[in-house]
Amino acid sequence: MQEIPTPSKKQPCHPLDDLIRTDRIPHIWCPGCGIGTVFSACLTALKVSGINLRKTVMVSGIGCSGRAAGYVKLDSFHTTHGRAIPFATGLKLANPELNIVVFSGDGDLFAIGGNHFIHAARRNMDMTVICVNNLNYGMTGGQVAATTPHLAKSTTTPVGNPETPFNLPLMAYACGATYVARWTMLHIRDLTDSITEAICKKGFSFIEALSPCPVNYGRRNKQKPLDMLKLYQEKAIIKNDADPSTLDIDFEKGIILGKFVDLDRPTFIEQYDKIYRPSRLQENVSELSS
Amino acid sequence: MKPAVLTGEYFMTGDVACAEGALAAGCRFFGGYPITPATEIAERMAIRLPHVDGCFIQMEDEIAAMATILGASWGGVKSMTATSGPGFSLMMENIGLGICTETPCVVVNVQRGGPSTGLPTHGAQSDMMQARWGSHGDYEIIAMAPSSPQEIFYLTITAFNLSEKYRLPVLIMTDEIIGHMSEKVIIPEAKLIKTVSRPKPKGRKDHFKPFAPGPNGVAPMPAAGEGYNLHITGLTHDEKGYPVMAVETQAEMMTRITEKIQRNLDDIIRTDSFLLDDAEIVVVSYGISARTSMAAVAEARKLGIKAGLLRLVTIWPFPEEQIRTLADRVKGFVTVEINLGQIHREVERCAGGKVPVFLVGHPGGTIIHPDSVVNILKEAF
Repeated sequence: MQEIPTPSKKQPCHPLDDLIRTDRIPHIWCPGCGIGTVFSACLTALKVSGINLRKTVMVSGIGCSGRAAGYVKLDSFHTTHGRAIPFATGLKLANPELNIVVFSGDGDLFAIGGNHFIHAARRNMDMTVICVNNLNYGMTGGQVAATTPHLAKSTTTPVGNPETPFNLPLMAYACGATYVARWTMLHIRDLTDSITEAICKKGFSFIEALSPCPVNYGRRNKQKPLDMLKLYQEKAIIKNDADPSTLDIDFEKGIILGKFVDLDRPTFIEQYDKIYRPSRLQENVSELSS
Repeated sequence: MKPAVLTGEYFMTGDVACAEGALAAGCRFFGGYPITPATEIAERMAIRLPHVDGCFIQMEDEIAAMATILGASWGGVKSMTATSGPGFSLMMENIGLGICTETPCVVVNVQRGGPSTGLPTHGAQSDMMQARWGSHGDYEIIAMAPSSPQEIFYLTITAFNLSEKYRLPVLIMTDEIIGHMSEKVIIPEAKLIKTVSRPKPKGRKDHFKPFAPGPNGVAPMPAAGEGYNLHITGLTHDEKGYPVMAVETQAEMMTRITEKIQRNLDDIIRTDSFLLDDAEIVVVSYGISARTSMAAVAEARKLGIKAGLLRLVTIWPFPEEQIRTLADRVKGFVTVEINLGQIHREVERCAGGKVPVFLVGHPGGTIIHPDSVVNILKEAF
């Protein structure tokens, strides 16, 4: 009689399971939402980066993207609306060994939290900030954001947005970020590579990940669920080192993607140690030489 | 490296003594924002923290300052900020995050006249109710009011110890007068200063519950980077730290964060007294106004009025039991404070209508003169 083989190992449900709090699944993200794709790009990047994950922390603010901190199986903090960056600043300064990834949305990071983004970039605080930009406030039901295109409709701009949106990479560059990139969630491999690079680079790194919100943004702007993805495919222009002032998002002319800034300058902690705690620097040198 | 405890005798302002108390308590992180009359605390910490391997950062606003000290606390370091009225208002949301996530830290409010920009350079005690209820939702808080630079040194240490023990933000509610007043401050030897640090978890890390209360109602607290895969959120959460949007979880969490204070009142509440044992009229006061009150009680005694002083050192949780007990045997109370009657209402509530309660209040900007207290003691009783 032929023996029925018993598998020695259960196949993991998902290759990133070891970085996910599977006991918190299903997640809250809607069908057609792109946040999960950006999140998995981030988890893959964390894995391939080779950094010590035990010393890696994810910090989020409030909103759909802010829920990422609740699903990652790392030390993770889901803070108040807009305050992920200053909370993360405290973590980093208390323990400079920690690798910090801030994962949040455009409303959280650039409207209510805009001031903190500006200053963390200026200080070159050593952290990676990933902004999922879905062009609106999704969790509260589709209100206008600081990133909503001019004339686009939302529940609070029912006839069209009278305002002009931010050019996020330009803002990051102008404020002093040492790494700036933009991809869409459709450019998953480029996005993952970019996040990996940013995580491994010291200093303030910023990645904008464009992501569809068919339920709240698409629905009000005559876009079917796949329409935004088609725009990402058809209108994407990959142009590394593009001048940041040319990066306004224009869905008709084209969306410029790529890595725009990659430079080096001392981080806040390096400067603080040099000027205020030289004894700490000497200790580090003696540790390295021993 | 220089010593954290500057043992010796000094002529020091309350603000500087507060900073020295923090360092003696083990504070190694300060996130601040300049504001009169609390700036000198930040300035002292900016000089001193790097000497003791700590870190000072001036943030972009008080919202960020409060957020950084919470982050630093989860980074494993005792942390602090200091502000005054307008900044205290901005900190309120993140003070709530600290309460909800049971994060130890100390917030100093050097009170000035309000509302709004108010009287930046003049003292008041008008944020006392904001200290109790300023952040949204129900909660318990610990707030303490020092009456001298010497006392602010010691109370800052106490504030850190209580915050570490009970895992919550502890408030020092001082005022411009104490903050800017120079007096003798004695800093004892380091070995004589008792400091408390948050209990650390033991045992397996994989199923650790960061909000499962220990024997005194408080959970042990690891830091980020120690391998616990913590999840910490300001959403209503279970003992694991996971958000659960359920009536039962809300009740469990609220019970946890309120009972750890309510069940330990004897350990938390501190009061002081002057000629209280045989007093028939009790002056209830705190902070700088307690010094006014002390002078007034001494003067009243000379006039044959049997007055005594109950000085509140812990304001929140409110020393209800002490006032209730006194209400059974005295003829009345007089509350003395630089506001329009915030703690006065608490005294009235606890007196429960048994005896009259009078207020000697002032809208802010100056100290209360002892004569105005003596006059009430003479006229009202």
